[in-house]
Amino acid sequence: MQKKRRPEMSKLTFSIGGIHPADSKLARECKIEVLPLPSKMYVSMFQHLGAQAKPIVAVGDKVKTGQIIAEPGGFISAYVHSPASGTVKAIAPRKDLAGFNVMHIEIDVEGDEWAEGIDLSPELVTAIPEDREFILDRVKMNGVVGLGGATFPTHVKLNPPPGKTAECLILNGTECEPYLTSDFRILLERTDEIVVGAAIMQKVLGGCRCVIGIEENKPEAIKAARESVARLGYPDIRVEVLKKRYPQGGEKQLIDAVMKRQVKSGGLPIDVGAVVQNVGTSLAVYEAVQKNKPLITNVMTFTGDVVPAERQRNYLFRIGMPLSFIAEQAGGIPQETVKLISGGPMMGKAIACMDASTVKGTSAILCLGEATRRHEETPCISCCRCADACPMGLEPFLLKKLFTAGDLAALEQNAVQDCIECGCCQYSCPAYVPLLDNIRIAKAQVMGVIRARNAKK
Amino acid sequence: MRDVIIALMPATIVMLLFYGWASLMVLAVSCVGCVGLEYAIARWLMHKPQLFNGWSAGVTGLLLALNLPPSTPWWVVLIGALVAIGVAKMSFGGLGQNLFNPAITARVFLLISFPVYMTNWDLTGGFIDSVDAITGATPLSIIKEGLKSGMTLDEVLLANGMNPGTLIRDLGGSGGEISALALVAGFLYLWIRRVVKPWIPLSILLTVILISGVFHAVSPEQFTGIEINLISGGMLLGAFFMATDYVTSPASKWGGVIFGVGIGVIVMMIRYFGSYPEGMSFAILIMNCFVPLINRAFHQKKYGRA
Repeated sequence: MQKKRRPEMSKLTFSIGGIHPADSKLARECKIEVLPLPSKMYVSMFQHLGAQAKPIVAVGDKVKTGQIIAEPGGFISAYVHSPASGTVKAIAPRKDLAGFNVMHIEIDVEGDEWAEGIDLSPELVTAIPEDREFILDRVKMNGVVGLGGATFPTHVKLNPPPGKTAECLILNGTECEPYLTSDFRILLERTDEIVVGAAIMQKVLGGCRCVIGIEENKPEAIKAARESVARLGYPDIRVEVLKKRYPQGGEKQLIDAVMKRQVKSGGLPIDVGAVVQNVGTSLAVYEAVQKNKPLITNVMTFTGDVVPAERQRNYLFRIGMPLSFIAEQAGGIPQETVKLISGGPMMGKAIACMDASTVKGTSAILCLGEATRRHEETPCISCCRCADACPMGLEPFLLKKLFTAGDLAALEQNAVQDCIECGCCQYSCPAYVPLLDNIRIAKAQVMGVIRARNAKK
Repeated sequence: MRDVIIALMPATIVMLLFYGWASLMVLAVSCVGCVGLEYAIARWLMHKPQLFNGWSAGVTGLLLALNLPPSTPWWVVLIGALVAIGVAKMSFGGLGQNLFNPAITARVFLLISFPVYMTNWDLTGGFIDSVDAITGATPLSIIKEGLKSGMTLDEVLLANGMNPGTLIRDLGGSGGEISALALVAGFLYLWIRRVVKPWIPLSILLTVILISGVFHAVSPEQFTGIEINLISGGMLLGAFFMATDYVTSPASKWGGVIFGVGIGVIVMMIRYFGSYPEGMSFAILIMNCFVPLINRAFHQKKYGRA
């Protein structure tokens, strides 16, 4: 019997936990603006998951925009390109936004002369190359990585290991983090390119179905995507409306919401036939394959509750621009800021160093004020709100207690390694217990134990 | 915590209306005693002033007051507060660490130490004159004594001026027990505000309904029926406000159900076969002991680990 198709209007969501933080999409009406080039850029060798990239230019070399300046340092790694034309000034360690020393290539920007073979015309190219290897090669050579947060090299994800087939490509347009609006803006302004990108990935994955998942708080984006899908006429691409619920955009949660399947602990999405890509990644794939344009730009939001409405921005930035340069272009960091975050308020990282440069995965500079300051911790009374909120079905209060007791075996038994670090527990705790802070360390320790054990086998 | 205090307000007001100044005294001594003792112990005995939590101590004080007869002397109430805060709570490490519900521990301590004060109910002196003045034992103990002397249930009830049909208004009991409606209202408030989940109270009440229904059907002369078991004694107060204490109840849904069923079974066994007329406090304390074990056995459903 054929399964009944759900009516177009019903909304999907994941089955365990979740929270409803205030939307705060203050920059949603701001069109994407292109930032000018700074005089210096610093390109990190560590802007993807996996091994560091290895520089292939030397100090003093002249580079062009889009030219490869570093190659992958391993199987899971990615090419890195020059974000502008100029001279390589230095190849040296430099602090990233968390304050860690990472190898950077410093470029004295002299202009914007692009390397050969890159199509800069604005025309939409809808014809998809026939050759799968050609597509994968373009994605790889142009340094495309997942832009949803994890920056996993896209060519690896698009090439499932033998014996595993993709049944569904899920395009993640949920943007469930409060404040962030970059995915929303590209869904509005670059809709067709995103849809072509999806069709390209469908093709590479062997013609599986594709679902573009967008949360209900973005009706304009849903409308635009539906119109574009209808207009471009690729087979089996569907736009699905998802409920507004955090962390809807978590890979495992999105698979649960769209496919009603759960990835086994320690498994990969492809095990259940799923491949999840962010809408930003889809745009990058389009540019890489159809235009041979490397990933040297991305869209980010400059926002926050202390940023006045007229200073909210969505920027198209070159990867390697210092955060301080972008903040300067946006009119500076407001005086009232008490927290500076790269990314969203739930999963973003505190910015320890404004001189750090942007990386491929940078999605926002978020300036938060007094209202977001941490409260003093009070005793846990086991009210279990954290357990209700946890989208992985964990018991954060218990994990925190076990961590305090130093019981790594019990932590593993209680699945601390499954934590996706979404922060729902800490958000929902009425006693202001820093649950995630503790769980993150516990998870790292348990992961270390698991790795060591696997290595022994 | 504030929500729990709000939820207990209807029951507290009913208690004050029915029992008057005496119960106000019990309430005041209990609340001031609990809050004051917690502050004193945290500050000067444990040297950890951050362990003091006024709202939490206030809830314990309020619950203790609702658990005591209005005629309890002030010094007995104070001893209760000391047992609740000092013994049951702070000696375990304060809020969140205690194994047993503080207010129930205190009640049971007083019940064993001062049985005369704890089982005598004076219905005189209420602010409203809706109840005929009675001084004596509570309905459950009257019934138990009557049944022991060989009377049938209805004979016992009629002999003591109670109408077997409508018991609700006539039941004497500790302060908070006398108004089932006020307690239900408070519980509904907590449920709607999502402060408590209904699994524990519902499983307690369903178990009690099942057991008393079956026993009463088999032998109506010997065993009390569903209605009296649901609304008498500490049943509702215990099920809604004491068994649902986060700290001393299981974390997971099914753990909560096991906990609730356990309480229901134990309370009915004590009521029917034990030597005490009422067993809610004992039932909750006994099940409190099992919470760490239950928490080990039951966890909530995890993602990707079916």
